[in-house]
Amino acid sequence: MKRHLISAADLSRADALLILDTAEELAQLADRPIKKLPTLRGRTVVNLFYEDSTRTRISFEAAAKRLSADVINFSAKGSSVAKGESLKDTALTLEAMGADAVVIRHPASGAAHRLAGWVRGSVLNAGDGTHEHPTQALLDAFTIRRRLMGGRRGSALDGLRVTIVGDVLHSRVARSNVLLLSTLGAEVTLAAPPTLLPLAVGSWPCAVTYDLDSELPKSDVVMMLRVQQERMNAAFFPSVREYSRRYGLDTARMARLPDHAIVMHPGPMNRGVEIAAEVADSSRSTIVEQVANGVTTRMAVLYLLLGGTQFPAVTQ
Amino acid sequence: MCAASSPVAGRDGLAVLDAEEIRRALTRIAHEILERTHGGDEVILLGIPTRGVPLACRLAGRIAEFEKLAVPCGSLDVTMHRDDLRLHPARALGRTELPAEGVDGKTVVLVDDVLYSGRTVRAALDALNDLGRPRAVQLAVLVDRGHRELPIRADYVGKNLPTSQREVVRVLLAEVDGQDAVMIGEEEGQP
Repeated sequence: MKRHLISAADLSRADALLILDTAEELAQLADRPIKKLPTLRGRTVVNLFYEDSTRTRISFEAAAKRLSADVINFSAKGSSVAKGESLKDTALTLEAMGADAVVIRHPASGAAHRLAGWVRGSVLNAGDGTHEHPTQALLDAFTIRRRLMGGRRGSALDGLRVTIVGDVLHSRVARSNVLLLSTLGAEVTLAAPPTLLPLAVGSWPCAVTYDLDSELPKSDVVMMLRVQQERMNAAFFPSVREYSRRYGLDTARMARLPDHAIVMHPGPMNRGVEIAAEVADSSRSTIVEQVANGVTTRMAVLYLLLGGTQFPAVTQ
Repeated sequence: MCAASSPVAGRDGLAVLDAEEIRRALTRIAHEILERTHGGDEVILLGIPTRGVPLACRLAGRIAEFEKLAVPCGSLDVTMHRDDLRLHPARALGRTELPAEGVDGKTVVLVDDVLYSGRTVRAALDALNDLGRPRAVQLAVLVDRGHRELPIRADYVGKNLPTSQREVVRVLLAEVDGQDAVMIGEEEGQP
C-alpha cells in the first residue's frame, strides 16, 4: 500500500481487500463496552477542511479518536486562511506541529496531491473538488460487501452490477467508486443525462447509459448521487422537476429492482429530487448503515497507513 | 514414539514433538485445567490467532470428551494492543470471537502455541481488559521456550523447551499447516 491515499486508483485489489477485511474486524468494536483501541496513541491526525462537511469530518474524527490518536480540527472559516494564507503555508505550519497524517478536503481538484508533496506524514484525501473521495468509495464497497456477500473475509465484488445515477460530472464520489468497484470486480454502469457526464467518461472502466429504467431490473446496487447545485454554474437540465422525473428514484422505479437489490446514497440527500423520501427510508436503503460503516472503514485506513513503521508497506 | 507420523528433520529443522506427543500434552493440559478450575465450571478458552485458536478448540473438545462439559472456546486478536507495531509494517488483523455470554465473571484460559518474550500475552491481557472483567485469567501454552522479557508465567505447559535466542521454534498444526509437529531450527533471516 502507498503512503498516501489520494485516489482510489492508488489501491490494488489486494490493498482494497486488506482494508475491507481490516474494517470487517474493526466493525465488532461497535458492539463492545469499550469502543477504543490504543493502537495510534501518541500520533496526531489533522483534519484540514476547506469545504463544509459534517459526515466526513465527524467520521474521520471519530475514527482517529477510537484508535487513540490526537485529533486537531482545522476549518478554513475562522483561521488564517480568511487572512489569505496559502495552502502551502498552512501545510508547513501543520508540518512544524508534527502531524502524522493530514486529512484534507478542498474545493480544488488536485489539492490533496499537491499537499502530499509538502508534508512528511500521510495525506488522506477526503474529497478534492470534483476529482476523488476514496474513503467514500471504500465505505460503499464495504457496505455492498456486507449486504450482498455477507461480509466474508477475502471476498471481492466480482460480477455484481452497480448502477451509479445522476450528477456524475460534479461527483468525486462517482469517480472514486467507478475506479474502486471495478478494481474489486464489479460491473459499473453510469446512468445520467448527457450534460452531467464528464467528457472523458469513455476512458473510465465502466459502461454509460442515458436510460435509467432499462438498467434497473439488472442492478444489484443502485447508487444515487446528489444533484450538486452549489457546483452548477450553467443550465445542465431544464428544471429540477424534469430531472427528478427522468433520473429520480421513486417508489415505482424501486419496484423494478430485483428483490435483493440495495439503494445507496453518499449523503447529504435532496429528498424529492434524486431520491424520494419513501425510498430513502425503505429497508433497501443503506444510507444510515453507510454512515456507521464510514467510521469503521476510516479506522481501517488510518490503522494501515499509520499503525506500522514510518513508511508503511503492508505485509501478509 | 509413533514412527509413521513423526516428521523428518527438514527445512524447519528438527522435530521436538510429533503428533502423538502433542495429543498427549493437550490431553494432560485438559485434565489439569479441569483439576485446577474444580471441574471446569465457568471456564472460557480463548485462543490467540493464528495457532492458539485451533489449540483452544482441541482443548475444549478434550474437556467435552472427559467430563461431558461444553466449555466455550473463542479467539482473541491482540494485534492492535501489541507494543512492537511501529517496528513492522502494519499487520493484517486476526479475528476476535467471544462466546455470547461474554467474559465477565468467568475464568478465562488464554491459549497460545509458543511462550517466548511474554509480550503477546501482555497484549492479550490488555485486549481482555477492554472486553470485560474476568474473575481470573490463566495461560496455557504448548511450548515454553524461555527468554521472558516480562514477569509472565504459564499455568499449563505442554513442553518446556530450553532454547537459544538464535533458534526458531515453529508449531505446525493440522488445521493450519496440514500436519502436527513442533520444530526447532536455526534462524534464517526472518522466522
